[in-house]
Amino acid sequence: MTEIAARPETPAPAKDGADDEVFLVDPSIRARRRENILVAVVRVAIAVVGLLAWEFASGRIISEFWISSPSAVWAALVRFVENGQLMPAVQATVVETAVGFVVGAVAGMLVGLVFGISPLVARILDPYFTALNSIPRVALIPLFILWFGIGFETKVVFAATLVFFPVMLNTFAGARDVDRDLIDVIRVMGATRLDAVRRIFVPSALVWVFAGLRMSVPFALIGAVIAEMFTSNAGLGYLISVSANQYDTGGSFAALLVTTVLGLLLTFVVSVLERRALRWRPAVD
Amino acid sequence: MSPILEYRDVSKVFFKGKTQVHALSHVTAEVGDGELLAIVGPSGCGKSTLLNLTAGLMQPGTGEVCYRGRPVDGVNTHVSYVTQKDNLLPWRTVAENVALPLGLGGRRMSKAERAERVAHYVRMVGLEGFEEHYPSELSGGMRKRAQLARSLVYEPDVLLMDEPFGALDAQLKLVLQAELLRTWEGTGKTLVFVTHDLTEAISLADRVIVMSARPGRIRAVEHIDLPRPRDVFGIRFAPGFGDYFDRLWSALRADLHQGQEI
Repeated sequence: MTEIAARPETPAPAKDGADDEVFLVDPSIRARRRENILVAVVRVAIAVVGLLAWEFASGRIISEFWISSPSAVWAALVRFVENGQLMPAVQATVVETAVGFVVGAVAGMLVGLVFGISPLVARILDPYFTALNSIPRVALIPLFILWFGIGFETKVVFAATLVFFPVMLNTFAGARDVDRDLIDVIRVMGATRLDAVRRIFVPSALVWVFAGLRMSVPFALIGAVIAEMFTSNAGLGYLISVSANQYDTGGSFAALLVTTVLGLLLTFVVSVLERRALRWRPAVD
Repeated sequence: MSPILEYRDVSKVFFKGKTQVHALSHVTAEVGDGELLAIVGPSGCGKSTLLNLTAGLMQPGTGEVCYRGRPVDGVNTHVSYVTQKDNLLPWRTVAENVALPLGLGGRRMSKAERAERVAHYVRMVGLEGFEEHYPSELSGGMRKRAQLARSLVYEPDVLLMDEPFGALDAQLKLVLQAELLRTWEGTGKTLVFVTHDLTEAISLADRVIVMSARPGRIRAVEHIDLPRPRDVFGIRFAPGFGDYFDRLWSALRADLHQGQEI
């Protein structure tokens, strides 16, 4: 949604009318600009009003013990930074998230592609994957701890299991969605099988793959944080649960806030990559 | 003229979902080397099937399709096929789309040569300045032009076109017909052009074949002895055009009702 605001408000003027005054006065352009301003202002207003209401309610309507307050959260955040807890926690979580994401995504893309190329394999294995996908993933953590210990590996594997399915299903759908006519056309042009996979299959499936990747970035982060809450002495998940265990709601909120910002950043990175790889798509908004 | 393509008693049945389609019935015809042949018929009369058989994307049920005397028994890479559907690769720019056939299979050529070839054909179809545009940024007519450039760029001997201008407005259609003729005349390439527009067929072709409604049979064949180079804008008023039209129209008319119901 933010990219609407980021896009230039006026379309690039045509060559023949580089400084045509219509681009300055046309009501549709002015209306669009006004709407962009409205969106930005209201967004900020919602945040300000929300924070003020929270600050006001805290201690007056609801005890600060339960809901903390923006100023207390800020203080906790400063405390985390000053006592050196925050950066190592962020680093641990980011590394786990990234590695888990890559492992899950690569595995998902490979399996999805194989399924797409060979519908027979897909048909044979379909019930097994459906069954695996319906396991409540959190229930696996105790087993993962048993198998991989309480270190780095458990978090990576858990994050990867969350990422795997959306990516796999999307890649599969993308590979099945390939327009067979395109393949016929390039076969007449003299394409080999490998040509068809490289020139048609992969680029065509990429739209779906990216949709799956974008969707599963938060899953990777969720996976890493949940695993940390179960078993860890590092990371944002650990910070969240340890603060809550000490009745430090401000600390819990502060760690949560950092986690949320991290999730937004990671999603943004994948969106940028996606837009660069899929430049050919018509703009949709 | 020796035949470059021969259809010997070709019949074809295929499945469209679960329904059987009897597309062609005992079609026998020849296409001369360097000829511009137009095939006209009601919609769904097996015209596209004939092209699919020529491209080797389908195998005939009975009879055989021969290219230069040899039966077509796999994908026929000597031809180039402009299908009815728009099928530029949406993730490639115009220039990249036109260059596509040059990088396929065993074709190897230097970068400079490839760039020059692409530029030549992009210019020929009038798309200079749009090389870096993606198909989604082009109009329908421009996409057709790009497709035409892509099918010409590897200089195949036979060009198959399946209602290439069917979906365009009348004026644009005339412009593109004129450009197609200008491109084709003098090249010595063979062109098989499928259409449901009789005027288009007579304006462009050396010979027009009229097919019946499904299952497609050859109903009439007419040599068009109008002088070349032709002017598609004026040729419909040329002497003789009306006679060709009347004769072919009476062959076509018999099937129109049936054809439209399909």
